[in-house]
Amino acid sequence: MNLHQLTIKEASGLIQSGETTSEEITRDILDRIEKHDSSIRAYLHVDRDASLLSAKESDNPDKKPGDFPLRGIPLGIKDILCTKGMKTTCGSYSLHNFVPGYDATVVGRLKADQAVITGKTNLDEFAMGSSNENSAFGVTRNPWNTDYVPGGSSGGSAAAVAAGFCLGAIGTDTGGSIRQPASHCSVVGLKPTYGRVSRYGLVSYASSLDQAGPITRTVEDAAIIMNSISGRDPADSTSADRSVPDFTSGLLEFEQKGLKGMKAGVPREFMEVEGLDPQVAEIFDRSRKVLEELGVDIVEVSLPHTEYAVAAYYIIAPCEASSNLARFDGVRYGHRSPQKSDLIDMYKNTKSEGFGAEVQRRIIMGTYALSSGYYDEYYGRAAKVRSLIMKDFEQAFESCDILLSPVAPTPAFRIGENIDDPLTMYLTDVFTIPANMAGVPGISVPAGFSREGLPVGLQMTARRFDELSLFRAGYGFEKSLGLDRSVNL
Amino acid sequence: MKITKEKVEYIAHLARLRVDDSLVEKYAAQLSEILGYIDKLGEIDLTGVDTVAGASFDTNVMRPDEPVRSPGPDLTLANAPERDDDFYQVPRIVK
Repeated sequence: MNLHQLTIKEASGLIQSGETTSEEITRDILDRIEKHDSSIRAYLHVDRDASLLSAKESDNPDKKPGDFPLRGIPLGIKDILCTKGMKTTCGSYSLHNFVPGYDATVVGRLKADQAVITGKTNLDEFAMGSSNENSAFGVTRNPWNTDYVPGGSSGGSAAAVAAGFCLGAIGTDTGGSIRQPASHCSVVGLKPTYGRVSRYGLVSYASSLDQAGPITRTVEDAAIIMNSISGRDPADSTSADRSVPDFTSGLLEFEQKGLKGMKAGVPREFMEVEGLDPQVAEIFDRSRKVLEELGVDIVEVSLPHTEYAVAAYYIIAPCEASSNLARFDGVRYGHRSPQKSDLIDMYKNTKSEGFGAEVQRRIIMGTYALSSGYYDEYYGRAAKVRSLIMKDFEQAFESCDILLSPVAPTPAFRIGENIDDPLTMYLTDVFTIPANMAGVPGISVPAGFSREGLPVGLQMTARRFDELSLFRAGYGFEKSLGLDRSVNL
Repeated sequence: MKITKEKVEYIAHLARLRVDDSLVEKYAAQLSEILGYIDKLGEIDLTGVDTVAGASFDTNVMRPDEPVRSPGPDLTLANAPERDDDFYQVPRIVK
């Protein structure tokens, strides 16, 4: 039995029945990281001793009795979520030495549910990027083919799950950063409804768009993690005061009722996107048929402002980033430049030494768009377009329960292919950005492979707070497709 | 929208960034290209359209005003690049 290949559900069952222990699984995973992660670079830090210690503790249920579906399960955490006493760098030199004094709420909830934190996964600096090439500490490689990017910005989390370096992981998604790497690495990724999961301790990039969520091998595992991390948190006033369902009931609903009676909309504008790879379109068509065979009624819908979503996003996100990242000025934490004749000089040198090119570009872009005389033309317009995009979704969901689309226009691209062409890189987010703009939940489920052997996912989005429909449809789709997704390293 | 080299330098100054000379021109060209794409937002008639600042629909979120203990200077200042006792230290700002 390969312990590192287990799903969370399987591992939890084996631990509970006494067939294995968290310590055995965690040890197997740590050994695998040690042996193979030098060629993938999915992790930025792994704390072997701490992981084994917490695995041993979770193996002793007398210490904390109770039924915890995540008891003893080794999980990776994107290195943008604060972990008490464990370095949190955001993939940035500016935080190369930062050790938080507290856990992000997401991390705290996972620990309280007896999960084992293996370490912190690699990412594009401050979650800005779609390829993990913007990490200050080395590019993550796609476990399916190491010449290719894993996607981003949660590329380390997706690669770690695919490669067997953890049984599940947490990512964050501001414009597609959970769903797109999940698609490129053939794993499941869920961006919850905005407000479903607390952002406390998630280092802010674009506060009105950021959301943390699970990256896992199966839809069921994503539901299990969601049960742990969701819900109102007094420390984050944007976390929603809504009751949290048992997300695994979405799967049960499929077992009982299948997908009959479910309506799925295909946005016409999505299928007309320039640069949609024919292989991706083909896999999407096949996926649509799989759902149809399960009884889903497919209808055509319209999201009329799709072509403006990327443009509006690349105003709103950099504007928020330019404000959020002003705090990394070398005063309270992180890197401080030794070159400092006066305070302003210290700020400038600190930030320029600390931030990489993409982060600097977005700060300049956001500062420009918010500067006197340009605010109305840029931020003001983008914020209005955002309300049109929200209305588009509301209208589309009047005639269907979920929306279907590809996750990204192409399979993973080669490392280095787009690095000097930021606009081309931005346009790869065309299918994922609208969900962040509208605050609706979205899931990426593995749907197939290109002829080159690169994974391609299917995206489903639903109404705000209706993750259950995504779990029901996603589980049904995954089950009837039955893809073999074990990767050879 | 064309962004000049001078504009990049000025905006970088506002953002308290020092951009390497070797990068200023590159950034100017890349930002011009990105803003050129963003100009398409000008095509839409936005008369009477609401502005939204976020995706959270909750407003005026209240909580009881209960005092909690602060973590204290040792934890708060643990990451300080330079400190003087319980204070962050920065270059002199008053001559």
